[in-house]
This record gives sequence, C-alpha cells and structure tokens, in this order.
Amino acid sequence: MSKVLVIAEHDGANLNPSTAKSVTCATSIPGAEVTVAVCAADASAVATQAAALKGVTHVLKLENAANAHPLAAVIAPQIVAIAAEFTHVLGPSTTFGKDLMPRIAALLGAPQLSDVMAVESATRFRRPIYAGNAIVTVEVDGSGPIVATVRTASFEATGTGGSATIESKTVNAEIPTHTRFISVSAAKSDRPDLQSARRVVSGGRALGSADGFKILYSLADKLGAAVGASRAAVDAGYAPNDMQVGQTGKIIAPELYMAIGISGAIQHLTGIKDARTIVAINKDGEAPIFEVADVGLVGDLFQIVPEIEKLLG
Amino acid sequence: MKRVLVGVKRVVDYNVRVRVKPDNTGVALDGVKMSINPFDEIALEEALRIKERGGAEEVVAVSIGPADAQQQLRTALAMGADRAIHVVTDTPVEPLTAAKVFLKLIEKEQPFIVIFGKQAIDDDNSQTGQMLAALWNRPQATFASKIELSGEKASVTREVDAGLETLEVDLPAVFTTDLRLNEPRYVKLPDIMKAKKKPLDTLPLKDMGVEPKARLKVVRVEPPPQRQKGVRVKDAQELVDLLKKKGIL
Repeated sequence: MSKVLVIAEHDGANLNPSTAKSVTCATSIPGAEVTVAVCAADASAVATQAAALKGVTHVLKLENAANAHPLAAVIAPQIVAIAAEFTHVLGPSTTFGKDLMPRIAALLGAPQLSDVMAVESATRFRRPIYAGNAIVTVEVDGSGPIVATVRTASFEATGTGGSATIESKTVNAEIPTHTRFISVSAAKSDRPDLQSARRVVSGGRALGSADGFKILYSLADKLGAAVGASRAAVDAGYAPNDMQVGQTGKIIAPELYMAIGISGAIQHLTGIKDARTIVAINKDGEAPIFEVADVGLVGDLFQIVPEIEKLLG
Repeated sequence: MKRVLVGVKRVVDYNVRVRVKPDNTGVALDGVKMSINPFDEIALEEALRIKERGGAEEVVAVSIGPADAQQQLRTALAMGADRAIHVVTDTPVEPLTAAKVFLKLIEKEQPFIVIFGKQAIDDDNSQTGQMLAALWNRPQATFASKIELSGEKASVTREVDAGLETLEVDLPAVFTTDLRLNEPRYVKLPDIMKAKKKPLDTLPLKDMGVEPKARLKVVRVEPPPQRQKGVRVKDAQELVDLLKKKGIL
C-alpha cells in the first residue's frame, strides 16, 4: 500500500484548484491512501475544503503564525517532521510547489520527479523533458520516500463530497527566520483564473502594445474567458508576467484556447498542448501555431477579433 | 572575499529541435549544438552585475559534467567570470547529487551568494537551487526577477503564479533566476582570448566525497503525442459557426 501526502496550496482562505488536481494524481497511485497537509496560520477553512475532496482520507492541519505566507524554507521542515510515515510526498507543479518540493526532497534525502503527467505504478512515472519535446518514463528505486510535483494540466480536479477526518498536528521542527515575506502584488481581476479557466484568450507580440490587448480583454469578457499572453508579449511589456503561458510560464489545459497574434514558439506550444480545442488567428499562414491549431484563421486580428465579439451577440 | 558562485550547465542549445532516438533510450545528441543553459547565462550576468556594482569581489562559474563542459566554462570566463571550477563526470548527475557537490564547494569557497538558473532546459527539473538551499540550511529566493543587496540582506522579487512576490532574505542565500531578471551580455572576441588565461580548475566528481547515488532510472523516452491536423476557416463568421456547431461556444 502507498501512503501519499499531498501538500495543499492555498491563500489562507481558499484551496487552490491545483490541490484537487494533485489529489487526482495521488489517487492514481495503486493502493494509495491520501492525506492532505494544510500549512497555515489558521488552517480551519482550507482544511474543511480539503476534507471534502474525493479520495482524501485524512487532513492534517499544521498551524503556526509563521505559515501565514507560503515560504518554502518555513514549510519544508514542518513537512519533513511528519513525512516519515509516507511513501510519497506530492505537491502541484505551480510556482508554490516548484519552490517548495525540492527543499522537502533534499531534507528527506530523496530524489524528486518534476511535472509528473502520468502514474504507471507506485514507482514508475511519466514526465516531459526538453520543453515537452520528449516524454520520459522514470523508475524510482523505492528504498526511500518519493517526492514529486504534479503537472496540473495532466489531471482533472477530483470531485467534492468526500468527508476526510481533520486532525491538528503539532510538529517539532526548527522554523528559520532567515526568510521573510514582504509583499505580493496580485493583479486583482474579475476574470477567471488563468490556470483553471475553461476558456482562455491569449495574445502575442502582434497585438503591438498594452493598449492593443484591450480587444482581447473585451473578447474574453464576452466569452467568460481568462486572458493569457506569449512570452514575447510579456517581454515587450504588453502584459504582466503572471499572464505568460508556456513552458517557462503557466501550463494550461482549457477547453478552448484562442491564440491571437501568437506565432507559436516551441516553449509556448508546450504550455497549451493539453488544451481541448486550439483556435489560431494570425496574419502569417505559415506560423507554427497553425500546426497545432484545430481551427485556423489567417487574417488581420484587429479586424477579426472585434468581429467575433460582435457575432457572439 | 565576497564571492558569488554560479551554476553553469551544458545543455542542448535552445534553438535545436530535439529528436527522440529510434531505440527510445534518449534524445539524439550527436553533432547537436551545445550551449550554456539560458537561465544559467542570466544567473552569470546577474553575478557579474553585482560585482560591477561593487557588491562582490569574485565570480566563480561552476559546472558539473563531461570533459566538453569546459567549453561552456570558457564562455562563462569570456563573459566575465574570474575563474571556473569543473567537476568532471561522464554519468548524468541527479539534482540532489549536484546540490551535494555544490555544498562541498561552498565549504571551501565560502560564497555569500550562489545563483542558478531556475531550471535547465534539458531535463526541466527546477530542483538544484532549492535542494542546495535546504542542505546548506540557508534562504532560497527562486524565480527571481529583481535582486537588490543591502548589507547582510537581499530583497528579491520573484515571479509567482499570483504576480510578483517580494522576499527579504539574510545572506548567504541561494537565488534562481527567471527570464526577466536581465539580458545577458554578448561575448566579444578579445574577451574570448583573455578567458583562455583565466584559471579553470578540474576536480573529478569521484574525489569529492559525494556518493553519486542514482535513484532514478530512465525506462523509456518517447516523442510526445501529435495533435490531429486542424481545419482552416475563411473568416470570423465561419469560425464562430464552427465553434458553435462543435458545442464549444
């Protein structure tokens, strides 16, 4: 039997959707019993949400004032203090998990599998390398704990309706003070979250300016979509970094992805290849984006995008 | 001496479209152009800028890899690193082993900052920096887009999913670099000549007292599944009609 510990990602009030996806990955490990750990200053609200996730049997609350912000150096020793009984420790492959999980792995003396996209057995996993241009199957020797980050775009969120037990855990761990949270500038938006949105409208350098992106925001609002951007558009300052889609930005799997004025660099395509339907609009009919698009339209985006919006009524 | 260590990994150049070998044992590397991992170039550039602002006295580039990794270390020296350390091994090194090697080097070199790229573009692991920070029991500030030093502290802005996060860390610390931290300089010909005279020490990995224990075994490497070829539409009307017909809109 496998005992799997999933580290919850949350903002203090709400569980991040990446956790429900990590739980799905955890439950696909044969014979898994899944426990979710919530590290927070006050973990009650998030623990209740975690306990409702299907497939979770236990939720552990690790409460400490130092956990008010998700600092890897602070959380890692607390997880290590409770890790002994688990065969696997999983976290999402978001910036939260990418930052934290290797720190946990090193303290456990364990190797880490990054971006797990499929589970083949309790010790065998598939993950992308070379920006998704190759998929490697890796066998871990099971002589110690296995630490992994979960490629959230590869797993559906588990459902709710579960009723796991919730337990407060006091851990004996030395919590460092050498790392201090100062601030986070989160762009407040009424649009859906890019990483979990069903529809995403994304723009590239062809938008020409931050102002040019306005037609995308307008279309996105009509569609109830999140807005993304290519690395080129972010580098050019047309859109903030948290909108970047691709290997070095966010990897997403919406039902509809509209790539507008995006040529389709390899690293961008890696970030969208799990999207169910990809629509590409570009004036260059030879652009690589058309090689992966389900529906392609060659033309002037500044004319086409407002037309689409109008047609949607 | 105020010293910065920079991790420099030799990887397939980012412009190369890699191909999986027909026997599924890996990707074809014969005759393929190799370069410094682009994120490590950003790491080196940041170290050089810290030194040029008077924040550090020496920048040391470190690579763990086969004999050929010397080429990338020479490039790092040409960019401006003062000296280089090459930890030589012909077998691939797991991130945990790499972190242990760096810990050994830290004991000797006593750096106040260690900088890595946020990930290598070959295995895409994004682990070594965080693992080193854990073993060293020091702060980590990953995915940095801005690093400001002041005395014994650093203020680091990180690119996180929510936006930009700022941390304050005590030095020494480990940083990993994101894309927008800086734009690495180009190497000029006279610098390449000068780099040939800069010190480059080689240390066999087996002499470092680090057991290169491999717990991960590659079973199979395959190309990713291809998407089916799509259709072209002629205008916005046809696009919207098609998406509606497919039940997507």
